[in-house]
Formats: sequence, C-alpha cells, structure tokens
Amino acid sequence: MNTHVKPGIWRRTGNARTAFLYLLPSVILFSVFVFYPMFRTIYLSFFLTNQNGEAALHVGFENFAYLLESSAFLNSMKATVLFVLYTVPIGIIIALFFALLANEKLKGIGFFRTVYSSTMGISVAASSVIWLFLFHPSVGVFNRVLSVLNFPQIQWLLDPEWALISVSISTIWMNTGFSFLILLGGLQNIDEHLYESSRIDGAGYFYRLRRITIPMLSPTLFFIITISLINAFQSFGQIDILTKGGPSQSTNLIVYSIYREAFINYQFGTASAQAVILFIIILIVTILQFKFGERKVHYQ
Amino acid sequence: MKRVELIDLSKSYDKQIDVISGINVTIEPGEFFVLVGPSGCGKSTMLRMIAGLEEITSGTLKIGDKVANGLPPNKRELSMVFQNYALYPHLTVQQNIAFGLDVKKVKKPVQQKRAEDVAEMLGLTEFLQRKPRELSGGQRQRVALARAIVSESPICLMDEPLSNLDAKLRAHMRMEIRRIQRTLGITMIYVTHDQVEAMTMGDRIMILHEGKIQQVGKPIDIYNNPANPFVATFIGSPPMNLASAKNDSVSSTLLIGDTWHLALPANENYSHPSSELIAGIRPEHLRPATKDTPEADKFYVEVTNVEVLGNETVFSFELGGNEWMAKWSGQWHIDSGDRIPILIDTGSLCIFEADTGELIKKPTDLGNFVFGKEVLL
Repeated sequence: MNTHVKPGIWRRTGNARTAFLYLLPSVILFSVFVFYPMFRTIYLSFFLTNQNGEAALHVGFENFAYLLESSAFLNSMKATVLFVLYTVPIGIIIALFFALLANEKLKGIGFFRTVYSSTMGISVAASSVIWLFLFHPSVGVFNRVLSVLNFPQIQWLLDPEWALISVSISTIWMNTGFSFLILLGGLQNIDEHLYESSRIDGAGYFYRLRRITIPMLSPTLFFIITISLINAFQSFGQIDILTKGGPSQSTNLIVYSIYREAFINYQFGTASAQAVILFIIILIVTILQFKFGERKVHYQ
Repeated sequence: MKRVELIDLSKSYDKQIDVISGINVTIEPGEFFVLVGPSGCGKSTMLRMIAGLEEITSGTLKIGDKVANGLPPNKRELSMVFQNYALYPHLTVQQNIAFGLDVKKVKKPVQQKRAEDVAEMLGLTEFLQRKPRELSGGQRQRVALARAIVSESPICLMDEPLSNLDAKLRAHMRMEIRRIQRTLGITMIYVTHDQVEAMTMGDRIMILHEGKIQQVGKPIDIYNNPANPFVATFIGSPPMNLASAKNDSVSSTLLIGDTWHLALPANENYSHPSSELIAGIRPEHLRPATKDTPEADKFYVEVTNVEVLGNETVFSFELGGNEWMAKWSGQWHIDSGDRIPILIDTGSLCIFEADTGELIKKPTDLGNFVFGKEVLL
C-alpha cells in the first residue's frame, strides 16, 4: 500500500503565500504609483482624448505617426539628445575630479566634502531661481564679470544659441552633488592596501589612477552613468523655471514638451505617445549601456 | 641581502603617547627575523615604518648603509606581503604578479618570463589567467608571495601572511616560506602574533609588548631563558606556570603560591631587597612522582581538567589562585578530581623579581628535553 500521500495544494503553496504576504506592501505601492500610470499611459497613447483627459477616439498608431513627422517633436528630441550629451559626460568628469580631490586624507577635508555634496540638498526649484539671477542679462554675475573683462555681453537664457548651454551648466551644477557623493563612496570602498602595495612597487599617482582607481571604481561609475543618463532625459524643473522651453523651442526638452502637450494643449493622447517614446528611448539606451558598458566593469 | 638597522626608533600618533619606543635592533643580511607580540603591541606599525608606509617619529632607520627615514617606499628596495594579500581583484594572476615590474617599466616579454618563472616555483602556472576571486585562500596567498618574490628585492616584509589560512595549510606554508627565504637568501622581516610561527620560522625573534622590546634572541634561547614573566607566558604552549614566591633564607626554602615549600640547595639563595618573587616552571618540567620518590619531595595536587592529546597528556590544577598546567608525555589515565603526586626540580625553575619582572635565576636543568646530534650517531 502506498502510504505516501501527496500534501494538498493549500499546504504545498504555504511558502509562496507567506512570500506574497511579505511582498504585498510593495506590490500595492508599485501598482498604484508605477504600474497603473504606466499602463494607463500606454493605453492613452492609442487614443485622442477629450478635455477631461478621457479616451475619446481610438486612432491606433496615428499619434506616433504624427509625432515622428512633426518638426516640433523632432526638434525637441534633438534638444534632448544635445542636453544629455552636454550634461552627462561633463557632469560625471567634474564629480569624479571633486571626489578624487576630496578622497585625499587632509586636514579639514570634511568641510570640502560637505561643500561639494551640498547641491544635493537644494531643490531644483530653489537652485533654478538662484541661476535665474546669475544669468540675468543686466544684474547677473556672469554678465558683470564679462563686462569687467571687456567681453561682449551674452543673453544667456534669451539667445537661442546659448539657452540650452546655460540650462546645461545649471543642470551640471545641480547634479554634481549627487554624483560626487556616490563616487566618493565608491572611492572610499577601495581597499587602502592596494594603494600601499602599489606605492611599494613605486607606482605614481596617474599610474595608480589608471590601473587601480578607475577599474576598481567601474561598478560605481557604471551605476552613476546609468542614473545620470536617465535623469538627464527626464529633466523638467529647471526648464520650467529658467526658460519655459524657449526661446524659439530651443530648450523644449521632451519631458517639458510632454507637460505642455498634456496640461496646456490638453492633448493627452499625443502627450502619452511622447511619454511612451521617451520610455522606449531610455530603455534602449540603458540596455545598450548594460550590453556594451558592463564588459568594462570589474565587479568584486 | 641587506642589513636593516633600527636605532632608537619610536612612533607617536598624537605627539604625546609613544605607541612604539626605544627600538634598537640590527637585522642581519639574509636573516629570517620575526616580530611577535599580542595584538596592539605595535609590531605591524613597526613593519610599516620599515616599509615607509608610516612615518618615523624619531630615531634612525638604516637600510643597507643608508639612512632611510625619509625615503619613499619604492626607494627602499623591499617587497611586502599584506595580511589580506592586497591582490588587485580586476587583474589576472599573471598581471598581479607582473604589476610591480610593469610599474618599473620592465619590458613586456621579460615581465612575462619572470612572472611565469615565479609562478612555476610556487605551483601557480595553471592559474595564471584566473582572477583572484576564482582562487582559494591558499592560492591567493601564493600569488601574494609570488608578487613579493618577482621583484627580486633584497628585503621582504610580511605582515601576518598566514593568519587567513586553515591550520594544515598554515603549517605547510610555514615551511614553504622558510624554504623560499633560504633559497633566495633574502632578508625577511616577518610579523606574526602566533608564537608557533615565531618559534618555527625565525632565525631570531623579537618579542614586543606595549610598544617595547621584551626580548630579542634565538627562539630556543628565548624559550629556555625568558627575560621576564610576559615572555615566559607568551612563548610556549601551554604557557609557563607562574606563581608568586617568597624566599625564606632561614630555612633555605622557597614558598611558592603560599602553599608549597621547596627546599633549596645549600648554595642557592634568592634573597632580594623586596623578597617578592615570581617563580615559573614549564609544564613539561613538572614531573610525575614515582614510588621511589621520597615522600618529602612529593607535592600533591588536585586535578581540575585533563586533556589527552594522544602522545601527551596535559592536566591542570590550582596553585595560589593561578591555574597551573603540567604536560607529561604518553597517555595518562587521570580523572579530574584525582589527587596525584608531582615533582619539582629546583634546577628547572625560573625565578623573576616581582616588581621589575627581571629574570634572576635561569633554569639550569632542562631535564631530558635537550639532545645533541651525537645521540643519533
């Protein structure tokens, strides 16, 4: 007689049910604030909407087709790509430079660590207002300095040639604090003995930087590059306060363009379609980065 | 093969308290010199001062015949093995070994040749293309060793290189490091907290305690004639038994631990101004009393714990508030709680002055523990 009785389904799934119970709080939070809006956006991107943002007319892929032909959208894409190229590499190089400086064991280095990371503690809105004053055509510090040095005045935020660069400068300044802090953390995690051992071998500063610091920091660098790229694609606050997308659409980055389309023109359908395109772009960039960038990363 | 000379060396971090002071020692060319002491005694700091990783507060460090106080680490012509090995995790074994050569701009083919030679010497040939995380602890240790050897520096410093290995591998690596050092004839300065490593590896050892030299000498001399009670208990396992003692010059006896009266030979007398003494005896010098022993020489002790180790038996008992241990060869069937008679020879006693810890009587009779080669021939 077979005495081995298969336990009932209720008992067999005991662990799974317990696990789900533990996951429940995050499942609820993610569903309400991430998954629902995401699927709602994808849904809306296939519709034309009425004034209240409700789906009114199913148009299939027409929203996307319209966007890809619209010069305003393509211009906004171009501005976004330029903005990413301006801010991400320079921002990370500056943050890395500061982190390397602040990683030296010197008296009073704590003060500099605080100063370099302090931009993290300032909200985008507050720092944008500060930069608004710095960029001011007549009373701004930059133009004052230029006039003292007898250089021609620059219409920082009003000149279409300069506006994107000005916004990029302020964005780099805002993001440096966070990148600095993460990179400094990464540097401090590197075993001090590696440097001591290389000092006994006689390795100079730049040799150590090239053969020890950068490879050992590569996981952190990879992380901060990914995060910075995503952040740059999603910049909004500083645009809204500094330029409102102008002059002549030169700083109309894609997230700002989505905002205008949805909440000023009440075109929730095309706004959602733009959001979906942005999502796909970020996804592709991140996948590419993992595919090609991660090969150069040395995990412990 | 270079001499290292430390003259009145001291180190202080806060300019008030010296963590190391008054270090005077000369390490001869080709010598295997071991720095040993409990954790926090300053032995690693001393090694790092020799390496140039730590500044010298005062005193002179000479490497070869040159004063090396201000020299950067790479100008001191030495190699170092760290406790955690400090291997570069992102480089292969080959690159790790050749790192120092690459820094010194040695040509690539030469780098490869030398790395391969050293790898073969240490049995690492098949692991050359692996990353450190793919190696076992013992293999990593060998890579660290290879890195030190490949530089062909005349002086090698090691900071507790074996402490992360298991006991069996440690015993094996002890011999291997010793063999390599002899073959290459390098001057080795080796830091450890393990007295077994110090005893077995060192030509000479230095015992440090609280930043001060306790004793420098050949391992066996230190074992036989410890300079003070600290050295007596630090070297040897189980440690030397110590108890307070008083010299009674009238009856010519030594009162040990307030309980034992040991009759002294007529010509020996340890009267001392303070008359407070510490008596010490190695566990193997406490011998079993036999039926022939006169009753007056026997000391009865109550056994509190017994460990039979196969070829020897260690048992403990209490004397004057201290736990004493005796080590007898062979397997003895003793149970805790037994009262057994033991014998003490005055000849194998060490006597220290209690206040200064100074050794005032060396053991003269080491029993049947010292043999010459003649015995074998």
